Amino acid sequence: MVHRAQAGHPGGSLSEIDLLTALYKTQLRVKPEDPRWADRDRFVLSKGHASPGMYAILAEMGFISVEDLKSYRVKGGICQGHVDMKWCPGVDFSAGSLGMGLSFGMGAALAARMDKSERQSYVMLGDGEIQEGSVWEAAMAAAHHELGNLNVILDRNRIQNDDFCEAQMRMFDIPAKWRAFGWNVMEIDGHDMESILDGLNFLASNNNGPSILIANTVKGKGVSYMEDNPAFHGAAPNDEQYAIAMAELGVAA
Amino acid sequence: MAATRDGYGQALLDLAANPKVVVLEADLGKSTKSLHFRKAHPERTVSCGIGEQNMLLVGAGLAASGYIPFASTFAIFTERAFEQMRNGVARPNLAVHLCGSHGGTHTGTDGSSAQSIEDLAVYRTLPNVTVLHPADDVSTRMLTVQLASTTTPSYMRTARNKTPVLYDDAPEGTIQIGKGVVLEHGDDVAIVACGVMVAQALEARILLAEQGIHATVVDMHTIKPLDGNLVDTLAQRCGAIVTAEDHSIIGGLGGAVAEHLSATGATPLVRVGVKDRFGESAQSDEMLEIMGLTPADVVKAALEAIARKA
Repeated sequence: MVHRAQAGHPGGSLSEIDLLTALYKTQLRVKPEDPRWADRDRFVLSKGHASPGMYAILAEMGFISVEDLKSYRVKGGICQGHVDMKWCPGVDFSAGSLGMGLSFGMGAALAARMDKSERQSYVMLGDGEIQEGSVWEAAMAAAHHELGNLNVILDRNRIQNDDFCEAQMRMFDIPAKWRAFGWNVMEIDGHDMESILDGLNFLASNNNGPSILIANTVKGKGVSYMEDNPAFHGAAPNDEQYAIAMAELGVAA
Repeated sequence: MAATRDGYGQALLDLAANPKVVVLEADLGKSTKSLHFRKAHPERTVSCGIGEQNMLLVGAGLAASGYIPFASTFAIFTERAFEQMRNGVARPNLAVHLCGSHGGTHTGTDGSSAQSIEDLAVYRTLPNVTVLHPADDVSTRMLTVQLASTTTPSYMRTARNKTPVLYDDAPEGTIQIGKGVVLEHGDDVAIVACGVMVAQALEARILLAEQGIHATVVDMHTIKPLDGNLVDTLAQRCGAIVTAEDHSIIGGLGGAVAEHLSATGATPLVRVGVKDRFGESAQSDEMLEIMGLTPADVVKAALEAIARKA
């Protein structure tokens, strides 16, 4: 997708994809044939620029076709640059501005509670994203309202647009910050399936308030020259790099 | 005399029979008057603390799940959440109804930090968003009730302080979103006003009549979508238009009417509004004097517009 469009965000798509795969395949109650099913679990990709990862899992699940992936960033295509609920089936929130998805997910969680529904609200945040102050407005409010049906997965890939998070804005003890805001917190390895599944169980079993998984991941996971490389937050591989990436990922180019 | 914010609070109670109506607050429910709903229906009222950005998007999440959220705070503080309104509400076209109370310099002694003079302009630029600024508590109540059955987002400005009640015995249907109300007829000039300036315009009309000048006065409570048909009719009948608003002369009602007229003809237009400056602490009536928003200022503008007729 990113190579074809010669634009986009490969690094954060690769860091999140194991998490998305586990979430969609084992937890999320959705109906690909009925994407607007009112009582579905909600999933909000708040780091909406990492859309290629989301489009890939939506295609895998059957919300969209593999052919649709070619429409990424193309005029008229359902795969808009940032995930958009008005364009793409299976997308629950139009993201793109960082720091918005948790609030939306909180609204969806409140609605589920008012509906007396068991449905869950899942939000994926980027680690750079939590530098946005509005995330902490939402974090405080979700704990205040004891939203046990609100679940966050934080993609802790340690890199943001310009550089490593550590250089841009040190975040110190992230789990401690969420605990201090009243959240249930668990740290996992975001590329180890057993660890991810433990984490998803943790989210499912903690209903006494909002819960968060801090998923330690590697930006650009699986592609040697992208891994842990800030240059591939928002840059497309060239033809040669693309061939290498496909070979390393074991995918036919 | 009554405050438009009281009409808002009353309307929320009117709407409470609809179980999908929910109210969002940001620690100013006592001021915006959503507190009456909160007291009656705490289970459908969401305190968002002093966090306007979160409030707007909690509203979006509720709207996307089938609820009808009414969120309110001071007009000025809604602006902090402008991008949330833009990207998280207007863009996905989620019917979140945002009410900004204490709009305009009429807000008074709190001073310039609390006197939003740009809210109508900024929200008017957003696709899908209806922008309202009613003149009295009765019309505020009617418009708020109507909002609950729309499918698009809205911004409505209400005022802190009391203004004359205009629609006490108005029949059902007098107030409709998108339709200006002709309060008085006259063929020499049309004064198109919103909010607290409607009462000022009515007083200006009396002063003009003393000079033998007959003015039409319109309550243009809906800034967007603008009632362009009515503006065209006024332009034809009166040949001169004055707009009057407790808002910057840039981008609000005056801006909307000017944009409309620029496409349809060369009708003289004079805009009465806040002349690209900030306010200060003073009583409401004193603020209107300081800002040039008195009936005498409207009269002056009317004479100027009439003088420019071809």
